[in-house]
Amino acid sequence: MVTNGLVVKGIRQGLLIVLGEGPWEEWMARLARRLEAGASFFHGGRAALDVGGRELDEGEIQEVRDLLARYGVELWAITSTCDATILAAVRSGLAPGLELGERQPAAGEEAGELLPAGGLVLRRTLRSGQRVEHPGDVVIIGDVHAGAEVVAGGNVLIWGRLEGMVHAGAMGDEEAVVCALDLTPTQLRIAGYVARSPEGKRHRPVPEMARLRDGQIEAVPWRSR
Amino acid sequence: MAGRVLTVTSGKGGVGKTTVTANLGVALATRGQRVVVIDADIGLRNLDVMLGLENRIVYDLVDVVEGRCRLRQALVRDKRLSELYLLPAAQSRDKTAVSAEDMVRICDEMRPSFDFLLVDSPAGIEQGFRNAVAPADEVLIVTNPEVAAVRDADRVIGLIEAEEKGPARLIINRIKPDMVRRGDMMDTAAVVELLAVDLIGIVPEDEAVITAANTGRPVAFSDNNLAARAFHNIARRLMGEDVPFMPLKEPGFFERLVRFVRSEGEGQ
Repeated sequence: MVTNGLVVKGIRQGLLIVLGEGPWEEWMARLARRLEAGASFFHGGRAALDVGGRELDEGEIQEVRDLLARYGVELWAITSTCDATILAAVRSGLAPGLELGERQPAAGEEAGELLPAGGLVLRRTLRSGQRVEHPGDVVIIGDVHAGAEVVAGGNVLIWGRLEGMVHAGAMGDEEAVVCALDLTPTQLRIAGYVARSPEGKRHRPVPEMARLRDGQIEAVPWRSR
Repeated sequence: MAGRVLTVTSGKGGVGKTTVTANLGVALATRGQRVVVIDADIGLRNLDVMLGLENRIVYDLVDVVEGRCRLRQALVRDKRLSELYLLPAAQSRDKTAVSAEDMVRICDEMRPSFDFLLVDSPAGIEQGFRNAVAPADEVLIVTNPEVAAVRDADRVIGLIEAEEKGPARLIINRIKPDMVRRGDMMDTAAVVELLAVDLIGIVPEDEAVITAANTGRPVAFSDNNLAARAFHNIARRLMGEDVPFMPLKEPGFFERLVRFVRSEGEGQ
């Protein structure tokens, strides 16, 4: 994960934001910057907060809740090893941990099948102007046409032709990969990096996997290891 | 039997929606079908001009919607074909003068009297497009063998799928066999492969189409040129006839090679 220790992960129930040690104000400032940078990604999401052993009072919980709400993110749970924090969370009407709160698909969200690991499976072709966003992995059984967009917190696997734009690891995961049977995207993004397909046509499509290597996106043949 | 509402749309402008609508209207009516062509391009009406009926318009679609006349009064009967009618658009208004519900209601009112109701959609994907698609039983997508037009067609097909308007069918208009032969223009197979929808017609570029539109007498009134024959073939396919063109299912390399050679003879 990138940037100053603030971790944002896609989990089954939405996003998980993990804060580390140190002054509260600094963490709030980091979170604000992160939300600002990825405003369109976060918007409409739902997040749980993992504060480790930190003690939070209701005022601080309200503060982070308001901050997230400004970017359209609903805070639904707080996990902590500190009892006082858990109590404050309960008093604030939040879930004290991640066990509750099975994620309900939001209205208008692409109807797909949730994988146990928080992935999304779409059995359809995405056409120009259509966009899929998901905090976890995305699997598409179909093509992604030029002008279509897929934004995923995790990996993106396309069992078909990719001609549109894919952003894998959109919340900063530099280990994320993009695989397609025919990998000719208009543009490919992994975490904070951007690449375009080489110019010119290929004669025979080969399944390829794009990954980040030494600060560059490279495509390698996609085969079993 | 109630008529079918077919909306002709494209996303991109200038690909020949109105030309296709006018010619299909003429071709279907020539074949004894009762047809009404509806101009949904309010504020930029053209269908009446292409059909040479501009000077016969008394009332228009907006007059019907706003209750200034009855539907029958707004229908303009073609001067050559007794089974062809035009419901003209208003020229002095814009797309907001009509709602999707108005279009559905008007089309439903006309269904019993016609076999085919062809709606000519405006370009774009905004209100006017939504109005035109709302009453559709089927959608015909017009595109040119150009990247920008195909991209827009893809966008529109996606929107139509989301509206569950049934599978859209594709008309590739203004294809130039010479350019395809030289490899300077996308061929039919490439367009169909990109869009992954069924093809219902391929219309070759023909200067006669432009001359005909300018004189208010669509080419489909004759059948002595390739474009006219292509429009008649589409009309026959719409009527359920199995008119062969090229096989287009799951082409292998060899098939595509064969088709590429054959496509030069399309329409003949």
